[in-house]
Amino acid sequence: MNYWPLIGVAAVVIGFVLRLNPALVVVAAGFITGLAAQLSPLDILEVLGKAFTEKRFLLLFLLTLPVIGLLERHGLKEHAQNWVARLRGATMARLLIAYLLMRQLSSALGLTSLGGHPQTVRPLLAPMAEGAAQTRHGELDDDERQRIRALAAGTDNVGMFFGEDIFIAFGAVLLIQSFFAEHGFELDPLQIALWGIPTAICAFLIHSVRIVRFERRLGRRGTAAAATEPPSP
Amino acid sequence: MITLTFVYWVLGAYFGVLAWRGLRDGANPRRLANGSFWGLIALLMFTAEHLPNKIVGACVVALAVLAGFGGLGKGGYDETAAEKKQDEAQRLGNRLFWPALLIPSVTLIGALGLKYVRIGDTPLLQTANVTLIALAIACLIALAAACRLTKQTPWSGVEQSRRLVDSIGWAALLPLLLATLGSVFEAGGVGQAVAGVMRAVIPVDNAFVVVVAYALGMALFTVIMGNAFAAFPVMTAGIALPLLVHHHGAEPASLAAIGMLSGYCGTLLTPMAANYNLVPAALLELKAPYGVIRAQWPTGVVLLACNVVLMYWIAFR
Repeated sequence: MNYWPLIGVAAVVIGFVLRLNPALVVVAAGFITGLAAQLSPLDILEVLGKAFTEKRFLLLFLLTLPVIGLLERHGLKEHAQNWVARLRGATMARLLIAYLLMRQLSSALGLTSLGGHPQTVRPLLAPMAEGAAQTRHGELDDDERQRIRALAAGTDNVGMFFGEDIFIAFGAVLLIQSFFAEHGFELDPLQIALWGIPTAICAFLIHSVRIVRFERRLGRRGTAAAATEPPSP
Repeated sequence: MITLTFVYWVLGAYFGVLAWRGLRDGANPRRLANGSFWGLIALLMFTAEHLPNKIVGACVVALAVLAGFGGLGKGGYDETAAEKKQDEAQRLGNRLFWPALLIPSVTLIGALGLKYVRIGDTPLLQTANVTLIALAIACLIALAAACRLTKQTPWSGVEQSRRLVDSIGWAALLPLLLATLGSVFEAGGVGQAVAGVMRAVIPVDNAFVVVVAYALGMALFTVIMGNAFAAFPVMTAGIALPLLVHHHGAEPASLAAIGMLSGYCGTLLTPMAANYNLVPAALLELKAPYGVIRAQWPTGVVLLACNVVLMYWIAFR
């Protein structure tokens, strides 16, 4: 067996450890792998070009940005924050957990585009989470704001990843089915999809517990700050 | 019939405008790089399927070089003052939400409702890519609604999006580059080589150890590749199929489903999954580029452990 193409994998790892530009690392690793597998440079360009042509739709998410840019210029984030500041029951944890559940359910129905970072997290979820945390725990410092925003983005990722595999028309299920069909196993896509449910439930529980613990830490910080303030005369 | 070509034309036109505006943005010290980067992508949107693959491949290398050496810059954008934004927020109120909500809801209506709409014998939307086409249409409708609401032109929407696009920069291209790397790995036989190594180092007679190796291997390879789809054929052909299914008699459907989800745990941990972990950090203007990974890695690690247990328990039930 020819083990030389593995140095392409090593090239990716080394490139990242050295913090070289990822775009360059990826293309360089492609050439290293191809050359190690005794492809000619022209063959490698052929493979790169064919893959680019077929997968161009991966840039489609950028098309949502003109709408978001326009709305932000006219106060979308400010309004989302004001709006949530008026809600009393919406703690940050409840908001994020409700979003996690909605995201998992909707992507289980194959609706992965309901949500996402440019469409939902940046304009709505992150400002709402910040607003709710501020209403309950008082003024936030910059570091806390950044961590709340990052948690909102992570919640979107967890919700989408561990929801979408339950939907039978989703790519991962079809990829699994076609892989096994090539190797002589006829699997029912519905069976594959249903076995994604236990992991989906675990993902919901684990991440929800982490969100609640994050908010408790915010709350403790709030009371600690209040306790150190000098008593009023 | 509306096909994926329509999506590529819309994207091509959009990137073309980004390139032209970027090129003329005097506030950007690297405007030539920005202009040629988006210009080249715009060109490929319109022409890639008509060009020889080798030429497109050369353009991909050129894009990586543009992004990698010196990189892209940020320009000047027509920004609004904070008080003005508060005033607008007061004036427009909840109506500001509608255009943003139009994107997912029109996509949903298009993907579910228009799937079966036919004109004569041809479907209105190309059936294989219904969701992508519906998303492109939804973006156009939402832009029209946002323009109506704010009394601005689509042109100024595109202009405002440059602020966001420039802060994402070359990271927007990374998912696409990783997909091309996956194709090179496949052509170069990386899969068989990984499988050979794994089989040489683990004790194959202990089913639990093999389950651990499969789940961790999926996660680890996904961390390296940034994509569980790239890891799946490699790890399943190398470990799951010969060792767990044939040798130990595991049930393939649940094994593969949980194996794939173990790879997804890896996606939570890696900067290679740029569109999930780096792009949002830029979109949310986080100071730490790995801030999103920091917020989600404990979930990924604990869930991976759960997957090992679930896989052993369910596939050998």
